[in-house]
Amino acid sequence: MSAVKKDYIRPLDIRHGRIDMGHGAGGRSAAQLIEELFLAAFDNEFLRQGNDGAVFAPPPLPAGARLVMATDGHVVSPLFFPGGDVGCLSVHGTVNDVAMSGATPLYLTASFILEEGFPLADLKRIVDSMAQAARQSGVPVITGDTKVVERGKGDGVFISTTGLGVVAPGVDISGGNARCGDVVLLSGTIGEHGVAVLSQRESLEFETTIQSDTAALHTLVAAMLQAAPGGVRVLRDPTRGGLATTLNEVARQSRVGMVLQESSIPVLRQVDAACELLGLDPLYIANEGKLIAVCAPEAAEAVLAAMRAHPQGRAAARIGVVVEDAHHFVQMNTRFGGRRVVDWLSGEQLPRIC
Amino acid sequence: MKYIDEFRDGDIARKIGDRLAQEVQPGRQYSFMEFCGGHTHAISRYGIAELLPPNVRMVHGPGCPVCVLPIGRIDLAIQLALESGVIVCTYGDTMRVPASSGLSLVKAKARGGDIRMVYSAADALEIARHNPGREVVFFAIGFETTTPPTALAIRDAHREQLQNFSVLCCHVLTPSAITHILESPEVRQYGTVPIHGFVGPAHVSIVIGSEPYEHFSQEYRKPVVIAGFEPLDVMQAVLMLVRQVNDGRAQVENEFSRVVTRHGNQNAQALVSEVFELRPTFEWRGLGEVPYSALKIRPQFARFDAERRFDLRYQPVADNKACECGAILRGVKKPTDCKIFGTVCTPENPVGSCMVSSEGACAAHYSYGRFRDIPVVVEAA
Repeated sequence: MSAVKKDYIRPLDIRHGRIDMGHGAGGRSAAQLIEELFLAAFDNEFLRQGNDGAVFAPPPLPAGARLVMATDGHVVSPLFFPGGDVGCLSVHGTVNDVAMSGATPLYLTASFILEEGFPLADLKRIVDSMAQAARQSGVPVITGDTKVVERGKGDGVFISTTGLGVVAPGVDISGGNARCGDVVLLSGTIGEHGVAVLSQRESLEFETTIQSDTAALHTLVAAMLQAAPGGVRVLRDPTRGGLATTLNEVARQSRVGMVLQESSIPVLRQVDAACELLGLDPLYIANEGKLIAVCAPEAAEAVLAAMRAHPQGRAAARIGVVVEDAHHFVQMNTRFGGRRVVDWLSGEQLPRIC
Repeated sequence: MKYIDEFRDGDIARKIGDRLAQEVQPGRQYSFMEFCGGHTHAISRYGIAELLPPNVRMVHGPGCPVCVLPIGRIDLAIQLALESGVIVCTYGDTMRVPASSGLSLVKAKARGGDIRMVYSAADALEIARHNPGREVVFFAIGFETTTPPTALAIRDAHREQLQNFSVLCCHVLTPSAITHILESPEVRQYGTVPIHGFVGPAHVSIVIGSEPYEHFSQEYRKPVVIAGFEPLDVMQAVLMLVRQVNDGRAQVENEFSRVVTRHGNQNAQALVSEVFELRPTFEWRGLGEVPYSALKIRPQFARFDAERRFDLRYQPVADNKACECGAILRGVKKPTDCKIFGTVCTPENPVGSCMVSSEGACAAHYSYGRFRDIPVVVEAA
């Protein structure tokens, strides 16, 4: 009888275990972490290949179709917030970046930077949430990487994701496409993500029912493009810097101005109240499940109807128009009856003291 | 939002606007200074200037707490963070105010200073309780509104015998600043800056009451209307000021009667005078040295006074020569009169303090009102 014992590795102690430097050293414990935690969650044929990269056949590309790649780093603090966590956020964020080119997202890659000492239970929660988001979006994570940094050199978990997608022939979406007379549409209420995250910050902690709006928007985009082929010219998700910054980016890129109607911009009452108390402006608060679209005027009604018929766009609204303006100002007619510039966010949004 | 939306009603705003248009006397110019940055912010954010008749002009006053904070004071806070290794806590607004050597608290934080943004003095105290091994300094700025909470933090620290908490006190006083403006040669002697009346502070007046302004109406014959920070408050106050000017009256009127009384919050006043005393003089950015215009910590609370605790020596620093913040804060110039406004000096890279906070005249105009400087105004959608 052979003296070599049967191969046995004690399973990861997910309940009590913590990330140590070994998990990033490429040895057995790294392999174990990948198999028992990442592979178990993301499981798909590409990851099962067990190679450094995923090998896949390109999707059938009709003439005139193009590929899109987008990449996004996720460093949210706290890692868990009402309505989501860094895991699902890292899927939605990149799926949305791909979708904002008018593309159908196909695959994701994920790179994790873990801090030594990070609880495996939390990591599992994040990875499971990420896997669920990927499954729900129908966009699998097909390859990835894990690195561990010493305690104090990271903030728990950083996740970078990259997405690959296909733009159908004839779809031409770009921040530079807005023209005078176009209509600006917004897919729903603004500010929930930023306020939900803020409510959990150590220094603030306030009780709220506000949930992050984190969601994948590619099916909404598909419905919009289908409703009015060629009618959608610009798509953007107003994440960091909020609606105000996103619209300024588009105005600059397209060399146009915009005039918004404050009364048509939907904001939840709770978000409005939280911003009022904290001295913040919802126009500058991050969203993770909203988009703005600039449409040809004749297409606007059809696109808006398609948005409202989709679960992610029920509260969609027409919020303004594109105008000629050499200064590329985004202006707003206030609910109060006045007019003001809606400027870029400068620096971090800081609360006022008085 | 209940109790807020009522004061932001566009229909009522239009009605007050119509009333104003009827009541202003053609051919007469009306210049009113809104003292507070909170009013400046409301005027810009809600586009109030659009709703006023063309012969009513609002002059932005010096009541933006971070705008009047001199460079040398921020230098002291930065020095504490970078050289003494203390935890410096301060209000968000203060973080970006430009200091010497191209620094600001935000930039000092990037260089390793432990600088934390807090929402109140009580948060700073909490940080001190949680970090018994570290010195924690609250960089206290602001007018009478933020002074009582600082006083409370000092008194609590005193009662708890907290060993690691102190305050770098830069609290300033509203009435002395108004006097300074009224006494300035531009207003008093040359008459180059006509100020026909003041929109009086909102939150400050909750604390100090309306009485302290009576001096201005009596001594300087200037009407004062205390107003809340909501846009309808401001519109109504302007209407009340126009009526006073038309009638030749100079009285203190209280538009913000839902919270401001004649004598103010006497508990808060008592607390402030228990902890603080007057400084004989204090440098204001833009106004220079203003006598009896600021507070310092009383000797019996000396160990909570960061200036004494760390033996800090105040060094005045001159503003950038091209910067017109001084004249703008006194109401002598408009932001657009400044050569570097919107070019060298922007909210991203503020040279002067008026460009830092959205309550500052320059930042408010840059962020909200720039379209008015352009001859072609885009038609409403």
